[in-house]
Amino acid sequence: MDVPLSWYLVVAALLFCIGLYGALSRRNAIAILMGVELMLNSVNVNLLAFWRHVEVVQATLSGQAFAIIVITVAAAEAAVGLALAIAVFRNRHTVDVEEVDTMKL
Amino acid sequence: MTESYFNLTWLIPLFPLAAFALIVLWTNRWRLVSTWVAWIGIGLSWILGWAVFIQTWGSTEELTAPGGGHPVPLFTIPTGSTQLHVGFHVDTLTGLMLFMVPFVCLMIFIYSKGYMNYGTEDVDPRYSRFFAYISLFACGMLGLVVSDNFLTLLVFWEIMGLCSYLLIGFWFDKSYADPKRITPKEAGLKAFLTTRLGDVLMLSGILLLYSQTGTLTFREIFTPETLEHLAHTNAWAGMPWATLIALLIFGGAVGKSSQFPLHVWLPDAMEGPTPVSALIHAATMVSAGVYLVARSFPLFVAVEGGIQLAVVAFIGSFTALFASTIAIAQNDIKRVLAYSTVSQLGYMIAALGLGAYVAAVFHLITHAFFKGLLFMASGSVIHGVEHGHHHTHHHAAGPEGHAHEEEFDANDMLNMGGLLRRMPATGWTFIIGALALTGIFPWAGFWSKDEILADAWNAFLHGGHFGVSSNWGLFVWILLTVAAMLTAFYTGRQIFMTFAGKPRTEAAAHAPESVPSMVWPLVILAGFATVLGLAGTPWANQFFELIGAEASILGEHLAHGEFNPLIAGISSGVALLGWLVAWLIYGRKPLTARVDPLERPLGPVYTVLKNKYYFDEFYQAVIVRPAIRLGQACYTFDNKLVIDPIVNTVGRFWAWFSDWLRRAIDNPIIDGAVNGVGRFTSWCGEFMRATQTGKIQNYLLVAAVTAFLLIGLYIVRSNWADWLKALGLT
Repeated sequence: MDVPLSWYLVVAALLFCIGLYGALSRRNAIAILMGVELMLNSVNVNLLAFWRHVEVVQATLSGQAFAIIVITVAAAEAAVGLALAIAVFRNRHTVDVEEVDTMKL
Repeated sequence: MTESYFNLTWLIPLFPLAAFALIVLWTNRWRLVSTWVAWIGIGLSWILGWAVFIQTWGSTEELTAPGGGHPVPLFTIPTGSTQLHVGFHVDTLTGLMLFMVPFVCLMIFIYSKGYMNYGTEDVDPRYSRFFAYISLFACGMLGLVVSDNFLTLLVFWEIMGLCSYLLIGFWFDKSYADPKRITPKEAGLKAFLTTRLGDVLMLSGILLLYSQTGTLTFREIFTPETLEHLAHTNAWAGMPWATLIALLIFGGAVGKSSQFPLHVWLPDAMEGPTPVSALIHAATMVSAGVYLVARSFPLFVAVEGGIQLAVVAFIGSFTALFASTIAIAQNDIKRVLAYSTVSQLGYMIAALGLGAYVAAVFHLITHAFFKGLLFMASGSVIHGVEHGHHHTHHHAAGPEGHAHEEEFDANDMLNMGGLLRRMPATGWTFIIGALALTGIFPWAGFWSKDEILADAWNAFLHGGHFGVSSNWGLFVWILLTVAAMLTAFYTGRQIFMTFAGKPRTEAAAHAPESVPSMVWPLVILAGFATVLGLAGTPWANQFFELIGAEASILGEHLAHGEFNPLIAGISSGVALLGWLVAWLIYGRKPLTARVDPLERPLGPVYTVLKNKYYFDEFYQAVIVRPAIRLGQACYTFDNKLVIDPIVNTVGRFWAWFSDWLRRAIDNPIIDGAVNGVGRFTSWCGEFMRATQTGKIQNYLLVAAVTAFLLIGLYIVRSNWADWLKALGLT
């Protein structure tokens, strides 16, 4: 019995929402990055699910290839994000994004 | 050739007018140039005037034909349904005036150079202006005598009135310590206003005349038909138009010729410089009134036995006597002569009132010469005494100069005495003038004055011309004869007080004779005063030939006055009597003290005479002060009670209204709108500020929500129809 497409999409959506919620509500910068990673991974799930359930692209590996690229990008982006967090920490001595609000009007 | 000079008559008033314009516009700064401009102006008028006069000899018949005169119309003023013709008119009367006026003017102009102290350190600061004014005046007088209609006559009449005002008040900044003494400025105003009264009457007369006849030209009015019409249609109260108009025009003569009751201005006009007194108030302007009556004579005689001639005769003779009584108590040398002028004008007016047209005009001409002479000579005396005063004051006061200058009246005869030795030329010409004035044979005044008295007596004996009653003849004769005696008395008094005896003040003791430019005119006029009478002697009366024919226009042939030895004897007798009394009081023992010996004996009478019968005070109380108070009342009513409240109320209302506008509209609405926009913008900003928290998670949240909304909107839009179908709602 195949797992129906909608199950995958729901899971991806859930993951996306949880990731979004985490990105929006966590105070720690690292935790926000974790949320972002989660959102990217949910996109991966979406991609693979569609690849598996669409006959036309079964011959190619487009879904998988796309997902690997997304993983790579996510990794690079996490690295950059962490570098940013370290730079901010060196300046502000905090990783709490609530305290980095000097652009406030 | 005969025509040509008459055609040029219009130039005669224009030469002095041009002189006036030139001096005022250009030559004011250069005294000598101004003098010569004035002299040339009047000189040209003199030459042309004498040319015209000589021409009138030859054409007497032509000029005195009915409808007469040599009229030359110049232009016409279109005034509605009737036209006013302006032109000039030469007849024998005009010719005679042209003989006298420019010549006497020229003499006085020449005299003025010395009088206004040209070339000395005392030269009058407004020297050129003086010559400008007298030139304008000469234009006025000359224009008057050549006018052919009442309109230009009135214009020139008023020009003369203006010049009189300007010239009397020439030294307008002069003031006296004594507040009762009238200043030149006040005297000028007084003259102008008093003659204005007369002018109003005259203007009314002219207007009525115009309304009745539709024309103002002499030729057209003095036709028998028009005169008939005026004489027989009644105006009001049964008085014919001719009488009414004649009386009103006579009002103008009363004012201008300073007759009672408008005589008050002439004596005070002596505040002006003496050439002015000589020119205006002796020779020319005051005789303009007599000229006016003479010119309008047909109107006066249009109604036989009317009251107009009686009024004229009465006022003339009354004034003659009245003024001569005042003259005997005056100490100012010029005021004596002023009252003498008033008196002599009275003679002329009285003569006209009796219909003695020729005698009146003759006396006018001779009087101009000898009165002009007398005034100029008195000016020379005053000049000399003033110089003497400066001389002694300078020497006495030493280096401080005019340290304390209490007022020294150089006009006061009590300050004079013994001047015949110091100023012989002036003295003797003065005496000649006095002899002419008092009517001593054979000087000019004898002939002209005697002719008036003879005519008066004839009127008494045989009834006057033109219906004048013989009673008037007697009345006039008595008054004029008494006046003649008083004339001789006060003139003799004047001569003895001024020239006889020893000088009573330092100033008189040092008085020098005047400069030749002042003395020569005196001599020339003295010559005329001596010989002019011979033109009018009863045996070879050239005058009569000239003027008497004029009277034929009036429709009555004047009888050639026979020489009446009785009357001549009486008039000479009273004159000599007057001289004798004067000599007894003032000449036999010349005055040494500065007190008039007549003052004590006459007592209160003397005081009344000296104060001119208190006429000035009377007019001041009855007319002047009420008029001023009326003016002030009107001012108070107008300004304080009417105008000011109105203006203030209007002002206050508008101020309140503006304030209301500000409070009700400006502040709430306009300011409110502008401020409201500002506040709203600011509120928006404050409102939007809340979104800029600086916290990245907030920004992210906003972005996420917006993205979801837009995606949601897209999905709904795309599937709207299907969903509705699925729900079963379409």
